[in-house]
Amino acid sequence: MQTPEDHELSRRGVLVGGAASVAAVTLVPTATPAGAASAPAVPPTAEVAFKVNGTAHSLELDTRVSLLDALREHLHLTGTKKGCDHGQCGACTVIVDGRRINSCLALAVMHDGDEITTIEGLGTPDRMHAMQEAFVVHDGYQCGYCTPGQICSAVAVLDEIKAGIPSHVTADLTLAPAVTNMEIRERMSGNICRCGAYPNIVAAISDVAGVKA
Amino acid sequence: MKFDTPATTNPIDQLKVVGKPTNRIEGPLKTTGTAPYAYEHQDFAATQAYGYVVGSAIAKGKIASMNLDEAKAAPGVLAIVTAANAGKLGKGDFNNATLLGGPGIEHYHQAVALVVAGSFEQARAAASLVRVEYTRDKGAYDLSATVGTAGKAPVLYGNQPDTAVGDFASAFAAAPVQLDARYSTPDHAHAMMEPHASIASWEGDKLTVWTSNQMIAWSAGDVAKTLGLPKENVRLLSPYVGGGFGGKLYVRADAILAALGAKATKRPVKVALQRPLMMNNTPHRPATIQRIRLGATPDGKLTAIGHESWSGDLNAAKPEGAVAQTRLLYAGANRMTAMRIAALDLAEGNDMRAPGEAPGMMALEVAMDEMAEKLGLDPVQFRILNDTQVDPEAPSRPFTQRQLNKCLQMGAEKFGWSKRGKPASTRDGKWLVGMGVAAAFRNNLNANSAARVRLSSAGIVTVETDMTDIGTGSYTIIAQTAAEMMGVPLDNVVVKLGDSSFPVSSGSGGQWGANSSTAGVYAACVKLREAAAQKLGLNPADAVFADGKVKVGRRSFALGDAAKDGELVAEDRIEFGKLAEEKQQSTFGAHFVEVGVDSATGEVRIRRMLAVCAAGRILNPKAARSQVIGGMTMGAGAALMEELAVDKRFGFFVNHDLAGYEVPVHADIPYQEVIFLDETDPNTSPMKAKGVGELGICGVAAAVANAVYNATGARVRSYPITLDKFIDKLPEMT
Amino acid sequence: MKSFTYERVDTPAAATAAFARTKGSRYIAGGTNLLDLMKLEIETPAHLIDISRLALDRIEPTSGGGLRIGAMVRNTDLASDERIRRDYGLVSRALVAGASGQLRNKATMGGNILQRTRCPYFYDTNQPCNKRQPGSGCAAIGGFNRILAVIGASDACIATQPSDVGVALRALDASVETVNVTGKTRVIPYADFYRAPGETPHIETALVPGELITAVTLPRPVGGTHVYHKVRDRASYAFALISVGLVVQRDGTGRVALGGVAYKPWRVEAAEADLPRGAKAVTAKLLAGAKTTHENAYKLPLVERTLAGVLAQAKG
Repeated sequence: MQTPEDHELSRRGVLVGGAASVAAVTLVPTATPAGAASAPAVPPTAEVAFKVNGTAHSLELDTRVSLLDALREHLHLTGTKKGCDHGQCGACTVIVDGRRINSCLALAVMHDGDEITTIEGLGTPDRMHAMQEAFVVHDGYQCGYCTPGQICSAVAVLDEIKAGIPSHVTADLTLAPAVTNMEIRERMSGNICRCGAYPNIVAAISDVAGVKA
Repeated sequence: MKFDTPATTNPIDQLKVVGKPTNRIEGPLKTTGTAPYAYEHQDFAATQAYGYVVGSAIAKGKIASMNLDEAKAAPGVLAIVTAANAGKLGKGDFNNATLLGGPGIEHYHQAVALVVAGSFEQARAAASLVRVEYTRDKGAYDLSATVGTAGKAPVLYGNQPDTAVGDFASAFAAAPVQLDARYSTPDHAHAMMEPHASIASWEGDKLTVWTSNQMIAWSAGDVAKTLGLPKENVRLLSPYVGGGFGGKLYVRADAILAALGAKATKRPVKVALQRPLMMNNTPHRPATIQRIRLGATPDGKLTAIGHESWSGDLNAAKPEGAVAQTRLLYAGANRMTAMRIAALDLAEGNDMRAPGEAPGMMALEVAMDEMAEKLGLDPVQFRILNDTQVDPEAPSRPFTQRQLNKCLQMGAEKFGWSKRGKPASTRDGKWLVGMGVAAAFRNNLNANSAARVRLSSAGIVTVETDMTDIGTGSYTIIAQTAAEMMGVPLDNVVVKLGDSSFPVSSGSGGQWGANSSTAGVYAACVKLREAAAQKLGLNPADAVFADGKVKVGRRSFALGDAAKDGELVAEDRIEFGKLAEEKQQSTFGAHFVEVGVDSATGEVRIRRMLAVCAAGRILNPKAARSQVIGGMTMGAGAALMEELAVDKRFGFFVNHDLAGYEVPVHADIPYQEVIFLDETDPNTSPMKAKGVGELGICGVAAAVANAVYNATGARVRSYPITLDKFIDKLPEMT
Repeated sequence: MKSFTYERVDTPAAATAAFARTKGSRYIAGGTNLLDLMKLEIETPAHLIDISRLALDRIEPTSGGGLRIGAMVRNTDLASDERIRRDYGLVSRALVAGASGQLRNKATMGGNILQRTRCPYFYDTNQPCNKRQPGSGCAAIGGFNRILAVIGASDACIATQPSDVGVALRALDASVETVNVTGKTRVIPYADFYRAPGETPHIETALVPGELITAVTLPRPVGGTHVYHKVRDRASYAFALISVGLVVQRDGTGRVALGGVAYKPWRVEAAEADLPRGAKAVTAKLLAGAKTTHENAYKLPLVERTLAGVLAQAKG
C-alpha cells in the first residue's frame, strides 16, 4: 500500500545527497533559504595560521575545511582519524590549546593562532609518549583506527582530572575527582572503540597515572 | 602441504615464541598514527581527486530522471559517475545488490552517483546538487509480516534449510516438561570505526586499489568481475583495516566507484563512504524471529530440541543461519531445525561477527535458562546435564575437543555463581542485581591459506601473504609463527600483509583466520627450512633451527648463511583435507554476567563479565584475550542497545549514524575478564589452534538477558533489552 | 556543505553589524551542532560570523545575587566553576551528563540552548520534515519515534529539544540576555525562550534574525538538594530518553523540570505544590494532556518512576 507520503514524495521528486528537495526551500531560523545564495564560481577561502605539534603552518583554505581535513588532507598528518565526521565517535580527537576536541566539528579557519597537538606530536614509533607505550603494553587497541583519538583523549583526561573538572560519575561536586576506573571510563566515553579494547585502554591510562585500574 | 592427518610434534610445540603474550608488532605504528589506512596513502597525494557518494532517496523503484547540470557546473567538479555513464558493469560473486544503482533501485542509500572534484568540500557540495526524480515501487520491509509465508532458505554454508533427527514432533508432544517460546533479534550494524574507503589509480588498463577489506583474493576477483577486467589487472592493497566484523568481507561501493571515478577523470580518486550513508548502503546482520521448542524429562534430560528461524534478505538471497549451533550444542534424541527466508527490500543482509551463532545463541541460551527454571535446575547444571561429546545428529562423529562443562564449572566458581539469588530477590541500594550464564559456542572453520617466506643473508625472515589484520593480531601471530619455525627472534621477522600480489590466504572471517593463515605460514616455513638446510649442505630432517642458527650435531651455521648467495624464497599452502568431516571441530566457552537494573528507571548497567574459553592452542594470549573481550563488548551492545530501527513505510534504517545507533562505550562495562583453558587440538592444523575471535560474542547477549531476568523477574524475549520493554514489570515505587 | 564566507568578530556589536550587513549570515561559536548540520545541508548559511572569541566567556555575579554566564562560556568551564558546583549543582550535573568531554570543551552556553532536535528524520534530508522543510510533512509521526515528544507537540512535529543543561536552567528560572541588530538588548525568561511547534516547527525560539545571545543569568541560589537523572540506554555519550532535574528543600517543597519529553525543557510550576505528596501526583499534573505514540508511551511511567527515584535519592 502506498502511503500518502509515498505518493507525495515520488510526485515531487527528491533532491538527494543530503539536501532539500528541488521544489522546497529550507527555512530555518536565521538561516538563508537554500538557493538564495547561489554557489560562487570559486569557493571562498580564508587564511589561517596555527601551530601543529610545534611547527607553524600558514594555509589558505576553503572556509569549509574542517580542522580534521586540514590536518589529514592538507598537512598530511593522517594519524588523526575520520570515523564519522559528525562528532559521534571521537576518532578525530586532538588537543587544542591544552584541551581535547573533536577536530571534525571544528572549522580550520576558526583556529587561527591556536596550538594543536595531534597523535604525531605526542610521540613517534622510536620515541613514544608514555601513553602510547602503555597502550602497546596493555594491548589498548585492536584495529588501531580509534587509537590515536583514544590516546589524545587519554592524555587530556588525566589533565582534566588533575585540574579538578567534574564528571558524571564524580560523587561529590565539591570535592576533587580521583583517578578511578569509573572516572576514566566515563571521561573516555566520547571515544568509541568498536573492537572493544576498553578494559585494556583503562589499564593503560591507569598505568600512566600510576594507579591500579 | 596437505593437512589430512592429525598433527604430530612439530617445531611450533617448542612454544618459545608462539603462545607468548607478545605485544603486537605493529603497535608502535598504530599508537603513533603512522599505520596508513586506505584513505591515507600518500603516493597519489599530488594528483588525487575526491569522490563523494550520492545515495538513493528511496528503497525500491526506479530513477525516473537525473539532472547533473548544476552539479557538473559546481566549482571543482571533474566528473560524475552514474549507472548511465559508467559503461557495462558486472556484479561480484559476493554481492547481492549492485554497487551502483540505476535505473533500478534495490535499497535505500544504494549509491546512484559519485561526484568527483578537486577537493572533498567541493565534491560534497556538488553531490547535493545532483537532482534525481524517482518512481517508488511497493517494497517489503517488515520481517514479522513474512512469518508464515516465508519460503525455505537456500543451503547456507552446507546447512540445509530443514534438518531432522528422530521424531521431534512426537517427542516434544510427549515431553513432561515443555518450553515453546519466540524470540526476536534486530538488524545490527557492524559500525566499524573506519568507514569503507578506497583510493583507486589506473595505469593503462591496470587498476590498483588501496582499500579496507578483509578478503583480498575474493575482493580482487569481484572488482575485476564488476569492472570487466582480467583478474590479473587488478591489484588490491589492504595492509591496515580499521575494523571489519564481516562488513568488509566483500567489495563495496567505495572501491568500485573510486575505480570508475579514476577512470573518468584519469586521476587517482579516493572515496570514503559517509558515515550516515553506511548503514543503509552496506550490509548488516539481518534481524531474526526464532521459535524454540524444548522438551525434557522431569530430571532435566532434553528429549526434543526444535529451532526455527525466520530472516529476510534482498532477493531472499541469504538467510541468517541462527539455528546452526542448535544442531550441535546439546544432547537430545529428537531434533529439528528450520530456516525460512523472505524477500525484503532493505539493504542486503550478510555476515557479521559469528553469523548464525551470534543471534542464534541469543535465543537458544535464553530458552535454556527458561527451561532450567521450569525444571527447577540451576542453569549451569542443566547445561552440564545435557552435554554431548559427539555430534548429536551423527553419534559416530565425536568432537575433537569439547570442554564446555569445564568452562561452565570453572566460570561458576571464579564468578561466584553460588551467590546468585532467585529472580528479583537481590538488591544493592536502588539496584536490582542479577547474574546470568550462557554457553558460548562457535564452530571452528579452516580455509586453505598460502604464504611466501624470504630469507635474507642478514637472517631476516620476511613473510608475504594476502592475509589481513583487522585488529585480530594477524601481523603478530604470523611473526610469532615464522620466528618459531625459523628459530629467529621476533625482531628478525618482517610481515607483509593484505596485497593481492602475495599468495592467497584464508583472509579474515568466520574466526578461521588465525589458525588457517598461521598454518599457511607454517607450511611455507617448512619449505624454507628444507631449502636452507640443503643450501648449507645439511640433512633437512636433522637440522635444528634455533637462536638464529641452523645446526646438525656439531655443525652450526648462521641462518643467514643459507642466503649468502642470494635470497632464499619458499612458498607453500596449507590445504585442509577431510579431518573436519570425520570429527566435529568447535570452540566452546561460558559467559557469566552480573547486571544492576535501576529499580526506578529500568536502566540496565552491566557490573562485570567473565568468559571462560576452550578454543585450542592460544597463539598469543594477549591478543586473543582482547579479541574475546571485544566480542563480549559487542555482545553487550546486542543485548542492551543495538538495533537498526526499520521504517516499515519507507523501507530504511532510520537511526543511521553513530548517535542514533548506539554501540557500547567505555562506561558501559566496568570489569571484564577472560580465562583460556589449556588446550591443543592436533586435528585443526599443525598450529593446533582454533578460532577465538567470534566465540567471544556467542552467548554473551543471552547471559546478559538471563541476568536481567534474574535481577528483575521480567523476561524480555525481544532484543535489545531496553527499559521500555519491561518498565511495567518493575516493582512499584513506594 | 554549501560554501560560505567567513569573518571573525571581536565584539557583540561587530557581530550584529556583520549580521545586518551580510545576507544569509549565521553566528558560529562552538559549532558542535551547527557544523554537523551544515555537513548535511540542513543548515546552509552563506556567511559565518565567528563569535567564539567574544569576551563573553566569564561567569560573573549579578546585582541580584545570582550569576551571569557569558554566552561563550564552555560547558566544561561552566560545569567546573566552583560557584556553579556549590550553588547550582543541577547545572553542573546536567552539563556533565551531556555529550562527551571533547564536545563539552567546545560547546558554549549560548549554543547549548540553541541546539536543534535529534529527531532522526530531521537529520535525513530525504525524509519529509516540517522543521527542516516546512510543509513537507512529518515522517516521525507514524515512524520511529521512541525518543520523541509526548507533550506539547503538534500534528506537524513531535521533536524534542535535547539540551541537558536547559532542564536545569528551566528549573532554576534562568533568563537569556540578548542583543539585536539595532543594538537593543532584552532579557527573555528561559521559560519563554522556545516556541511551541504548532504549524511552524521550523521556528524554534523567541529570537529574531540576528539577535545574539550574550548571556544566561541565574537568579540567586535557591539552596536545597539538586539531582539530575538522565535516563538513557547507553551509560554515557547518549541523548536522553527522558531526564529529570529536581531541586528539593528539606520541607519537601521544590521544583522539577523534564528533558526529552517536549520541544522545550518541560516544567509546570503548578504541579510542584504536590512534590511533598510524591511522584505520582506531580507527574499527573506535569504530563496532563500528554499524547503518546505506540513507541514512546513508556515515557509516562518512566517520568513518574524516575521522579520517584530522584526524590528518594534526594532524601538520601
